[in-house]
Amino acid sequence: MWGKLSWEAVPLHEPIVMVTSAVVAIGITAVLAWVIVKGHLPYIWKEWLSSVDHKRIGVMYILLALVMLLRGFADAIMMRSQQAVAMGNAGFLPPEHYNQIFSAHGTIMIFFVAMPFVIGLMNFAVPLQLGARDVAFPVLNSVGFWLTATGALLVNISLFIGEFARVGWLPYPPLSELAYSPGVGVDYYLWALQISGAGTLLSGVNLVTTVLKVRAPGMTYLHMPIFCWTTLASNLLIVAAFPILTATLAMLLLDRYLGFHFFTNEAGGNPMMFMNLIWAWGHPEVYILVLPAFGIFSEVFATFSGKPLFGYRSMVAATMAICILSFMVWLHHFFTMGAGADVNAIFGIATMIIAVPTGVKIYNWLFTMYSGRVVFEPPMLWALGFVVTFVIGGMTGVLLAVPPADFVLHNSLFLVAHFHNVIIGGVVFGLFAGYEYWFPKAFGFRLHKGLGVAAFWFWIIGFFVAFMPLYVLGLMGMTRRMQHYDVPEWQPWLQVAAGGAALIAIGVALQVVQLVWSIRHREALRDTTGDPWNGRTLEWMTPSPPPMFNYAVMPQVEGVEAYWMRKQSAIERRALQPEPDYHDIHMPRNSSAGFICAFFAATMGFALIWHIWWLVALAFVCAWAVFVVVAWRDEHEEAIPAATVAAVDRANRAAREAALPTLRPVS
Amino acid sequence: MMGISERRCLRAARHGSSVAWSLRALRWCAVASLPLALTACNWAVLDPRGPVGHADRTILLDSLAIMLAIGVPTILATFAFAWWFRASNTRARYRPDWEFSGAIELVVWSIPAMVIILLGGVAWIGSHDLDPAKPLSERQAPVEIQVVSLDWKWLFIYPHEGVASVNQLVVPAGVPLRFSLTSASVWNAFFVPQLGSMIYTMNGMRTQVNLQADEPGTFHGLSAHFSGDGFSDMHFQVRAVRSDEFAAWVQATRGVGPTLDGAAYTALARQSTKLPPSTFGAVTPELFSQVVRQELPPGPGPGTERGGAAEAPKAGAAAKKGH
Repeated sequence: MWGKLSWEAVPLHEPIVMVTSAVVAIGITAVLAWVIVKGHLPYIWKEWLSSVDHKRIGVMYILLALVMLLRGFADAIMMRSQQAVAMGNAGFLPPEHYNQIFSAHGTIMIFFVAMPFVIGLMNFAVPLQLGARDVAFPVLNSVGFWLTATGALLVNISLFIGEFARVGWLPYPPLSELAYSPGVGVDYYLWALQISGAGTLLSGVNLVTTVLKVRAPGMTYLHMPIFCWTTLASNLLIVAAFPILTATLAMLLLDRYLGFHFFTNEAGGNPMMFMNLIWAWGHPEVYILVLPAFGIFSEVFATFSGKPLFGYRSMVAATMAICILSFMVWLHHFFTMGAGADVNAIFGIATMIIAVPTGVKIYNWLFTMYSGRVVFEPPMLWALGFVVTFVIGGMTGVLLAVPPADFVLHNSLFLVAHFHNVIIGGVVFGLFAGYEYWFPKAFGFRLHKGLGVAAFWFWIIGFFVAFMPLYVLGLMGMTRRMQHYDVPEWQPWLQVAAGGAALIAIGVALQVVQLVWSIRHREALRDTTGDPWNGRTLEWMTPSPPPMFNYAVMPQVEGVEAYWMRKQSAIERRALQPEPDYHDIHMPRNSSAGFICAFFAATMGFALIWHIWWLVALAFVCAWAVFVVVAWRDEHEEAIPAATVAAVDRANRAAREAALPTLRPVS
Repeated sequence: MMGISERRCLRAARHGSSVAWSLRALRWCAVASLPLALTACNWAVLDPRGPVGHADRTILLDSLAIMLAIGVPTILATFAFAWWFRASNTRARYRPDWEFSGAIELVVWSIPAMVIILLGGVAWIGSHDLDPAKPLSERQAPVEIQVVSLDWKWLFIYPHEGVASVNQLVVPAGVPLRFSLTSASVWNAFFVPQLGSMIYTMNGMRTQVNLQADEPGTFHGLSAHFSGDGFSDMHFQVRAVRSDEFAAWVQATRGVGPTLDGAAYTALARQSTKLPPSTFGAVTPELFSQVVRQELPPGPGPGTERGGAAEAPKAGAAAKKGH
């Protein structure tokens, strides 16, 4: 009846797990109870859970990412404290638990923090920047989000029921094969990623189509803001790379469930093929994450330097070059497999070539500041911190691309330091910059500046204290994923790294405080004009938060900095453009398809993990039924009357008109 | 002994960075930027004890120097630009429309491109010079050692000497060592940081690496590829001894203790951790090939884990089984 599921699956004898479970369960119950008692449920259902508004979905993606960031960071704290104490003893986490923690840490941080955060910001900002009313496929967008959330849910369920993978964040066979990992951990990993991967692919298709097909009149490709370009590049990579991931994990699932031999030791299986395939996805994945971050930095440097982005066309070329090159370097993840000198050298050099367009980007950001008026708001601090950090991470990356250097540094803590250097210093700093930058647009009030600045300093100092010692440890010959060790010289450095993690924890806490404080004092932080940063791109033309339809009338675009040009001409003429004619706007209706689909997907995933076959079939049929109902729906749009549109736009115009006398032409 | 290392070191420096040669001064800056490197005693990778390790380090430091030459000015420029062009600085010239300069674009594309051409040369030559499968010496015959990674211990077979050891590697110093490697079950990576390049061990496959210890000494060896619950204990001691001592060790080991045959190997392949170093006084010929060809089947896994019918066996219980 219940497959492999029994009371044995609950780790009752592990206090750390059980206390965590209890705290999480109490927390969820408390939040749910509060929502229901206060009567917020209808609002949350109508305005959020079933919303197909790209801005709401973007916010939900980011909320998911922030919650999962706390979970992934808790894992990081446990790893750092375990390694700080486990010199010559077993520490406080046994290997079977420690191995789950680092596997979960990597899986969560990449798939359920970085990915939803990036996709959330793209979802929120890109249609606004394009001058569009929504993404190309709004319901699909909702489905994509909810499938991602399903994956995150399954990973978290594994904490209480069964176990998570103990094989690392990429399940290399043969270790991940049934023979060496008979538990459900790898199955949790695989199904969580198959389901969320489908969501990511849908989101990628959606955003590619949006950028290619849904733009305001006059917005040619070379009039698009650079963030839209990096979004296009990133989502092209998603569309090209995620099917590889899905196929690879499907093969591993066939091995584990149906006795196939794609990657087994026996019967002609080839684990090296898994390594190649997973990195054929995995390396582009790095650029899927970092390209949008580059786009955010480009917007931030231009805005807070009071200048257009330097070398726009060069930046577009560099972005697309990185997009293509990222598919040609995967082998550098396993120079030590013994492929031979020619192969290693070619992939090493291909890897280095990516440093050229990346370097170009760095210099163009520097020259964006040059002759500008740099304002040190939190987004700009993150951007500056990024350049410094990322240059270091880039250098160590090129170092690892030299095969003989990699031969002594591969899989060491030097490597761990390197990829955290580029993912934290590049992706995470970029996401925080975007979070601070677009927060006023999304919610109508700013985040508290002082707390944001303090969080930045704790993060960046904590980052260097936590990860520079790991470079040192790599040079001292310490490999990654060690639950304990016997080399006394390593311990002081690991203790310093743990101290760094504590500093980052203060930074994280300050961000939580910043959010709560800002919400409570939102009236004082109100963004009345919709243009809090003296912005340059179209999204700053809308009120904050933007109405559901974004633009009352489609803006006419005449250059890269559509809003900046419009603003300057208004300042010169001392008047806004004349009021347009307002018409009814047709917007997509809310749809609960995503949420319901995800409910059945979660059920199906759980049933597959525990071999509850009747439930698999039932959940699949139900999910399919939802799809059919949605596909055959007749009414999918509703009209917003011209009067409502006019009221919203006139309020926006009034705010802008009031602010106009305070603005001076730039000189 | 040092002669070989120096020659090889020089050769690597000459080939590996014929252009970087002139950047030698910068390389010393790189070393100086890590002041602890030369004083502390356990900087394994930066404190190599063999020609391969030396050459790896040379390339590592050359590459680092080349990159610092471009990275450090970039970081300084970031601070300088951001500070000078701060909004409150009235002396800085504000040009709100300055957004393109062909000359600057040419320079910013050229500088990284030229650096990469230089580093690409280092990578190409280094990759060929230090190909793990390439013999270290044309004149001196290497000592053959076969390595099998098992869950979770290392087996070293000396086919010509007819002996084998577990979790300890005894090698003659000053003699090239040719390692052939495979795995009994999951992947590992054979890594002795002070000797240089690592290589994966994979079941059903044979990889190769050539290493050498210049002087007698004791080095830390470990697995650099995660292999499951016993991974952290997969380390071993490498004892490099004088050639006559090595011969004496072989003599003392041969014929003493158990024989490494198929049955002993199968018993050893069961999961266990923290096996004390031990030796086999005899080895069935071709045992290593039988492992590679899977005539001796891959080692068993843990049997059950959470989500199966029973709990995973504790490491201690498994260790008892392993004996």
